[in-house]
Amino acid sequence: MKKIIKYVIIDILRNKIMLTYTAFLLVISLTIFNLEDNSSKGLLSLLNIILIIVPLVSMLFSAIYVYNSAEFVELLVSQPLKRRSIWLSLFTGLSCSMAVSFFIGAGIPILLYEATATGFMMLATGLLLSVIFVSIAMFAAVKTRDKARGIGVAILLWLYFALIFDGLLLFILFQFADYPLEKTMIILSVFNPIDLSRILILLNMDISALMGYTGAIFKDFFGTQVGLITSFVALFVWIIVPTWLSLRKFNRKDL
Amino acid sequence: MIIASNVTKQFGKMKALDNVSVKCNKGECIALIGPNGSGKTTFIKCVLGMVVCDSGFITFNDKNIRHDWKYRENIGYMPQIGRYPDNMTIGQILDMMKDIRRKTGGAIDEELVKQFGLHALLGKRMRTLSGGTRQKVSASLAFLFNPDVLILDEPTAGLDPVASEILKEKIIAEKRKGKLILVTSHILSELDDLVTQVIYMQEGKLCFHKNINDLREDTGEQKLSKAIASIMIKTS
Repeated sequence: MKKIIKYVIIDILRNKIMLTYTAFLLVISLTIFNLEDNSSKGLLSLLNIILIIVPLVSMLFSAIYVYNSAEFVELLVSQPLKRRSIWLSLFTGLSCSMAVSFFIGAGIPILLYEATATGFMMLATGLLLSVIFVSIAMFAAVKTRDKARGIGVAILLWLYFALIFDGLLLFILFQFADYPLEKTMIILSVFNPIDLSRILILLNMDISALMGYTGAIFKDFFGTQVGLITSFVALFVWIIVPTWLSLRKFNRKDL
Repeated sequence: MIIASNVTKQFGKMKALDNVSVKCNKGECIALIGPNGSGKTTFIKCVLGMVVCDSGFITFNDKNIRHDWKYRENIGYMPQIGRYPDNMTIGQILDMMKDIRRKTGGAIDEELVKQFGLHALLGKRMRTLSGGTRQKVSASLAFLFNPDVLILDEPTAGLDPVASEILKEKIIAEKRKGKLILVTSHILSELDDLVTQVIYMQEGKLCFHKNINDLREDTGEQKLSKAIASIMIKTS
């Protein structure tokens, strides 16, 4: 398995997209931290960019990579290797390179300018988001045989998690404004890793006071030890479940 | 060595394999023959575990292959259309396969690499290769690890006469070592001096599995191509 991971990572490094992505993140985060005189304000600006861009790049790159390595997978499947280890190597290779890119591109500036609890939270959620979206993209890619359709599905899923989900949430909030929805909101936010990360980071900043009553409820839940652990468990579930589903599918796939 | 029992595989509505049962033993050289789309490649892919059959099972050395993967150490497979990562060079592919499959103490058989002259092309990327050169790479990979079973799907399609003669010589040499060889081909004339058994498939069904001498006796033809032709006319 180690050997396959090695070949996957060599292959990813060989195409320059990962390097470009790292450089892009590095430029953006350095610029933001240098523009703002207060680095925690910088962190807030960086938050929105990271929550949009990290999932998008993770998702699209992984989906396209899985389709493009179809030949590689086909070659390996006819060799004495477990299908499980082929698929998990692909996953490990992709998530390692996405996570390392994020760490170098955004993590190092965060550690340099804002090595606070909020900064560490952002680093952790960013790393987790990178891996979560690799796992979702691989599931989308193994489910659909057609390349264009698979990448389309990946884009739609990203749209859903980044934009549509929030829209739906707002819609529910307004429709049921007469009812107490705070608890429901906490439960619903678990269904979107991006939202979960946003809440986790925002609650670490002082601006959570601006979020009104819901913010107070969130603080009550996510601010506690139990809430923190629950949300990290939820994020890990977002990695494990799609990977497990895609692995199951891949084990039975005809190549 | 390889026993398939009632293997069925369906792609959508089409039955690619319909209750196929075959027994292949060591030292045999078996030709899989049949019209296009008769399920030859699907059967081969089932044996390799690349296609998971819907019902029935295949055993390799008395072990079910369904959840096994180690048995593939004993198989060299040459696909009909070799698909390789585009941006790797021939040398990198060969090194990668050696790295992945290397058995401790297992000898590596680079005879075909040498005879095909691939040493001069090691730096070439796979996407720049012609179909014939790709076939040469596939063939070299199949024989590289000295496996007990060789599965060759249309081995000579796309090869020039010199290369296909080299490959045939190699197949005969391996057959003499007592290996099991499964070949599919549409060029029946070149199978004449290779095979000992013939499996004929049609529309996913196994029509017959016979020793070549029995086949010659039954049809009264010496040439395999004529023998098969006479059977095809009889069945249609």
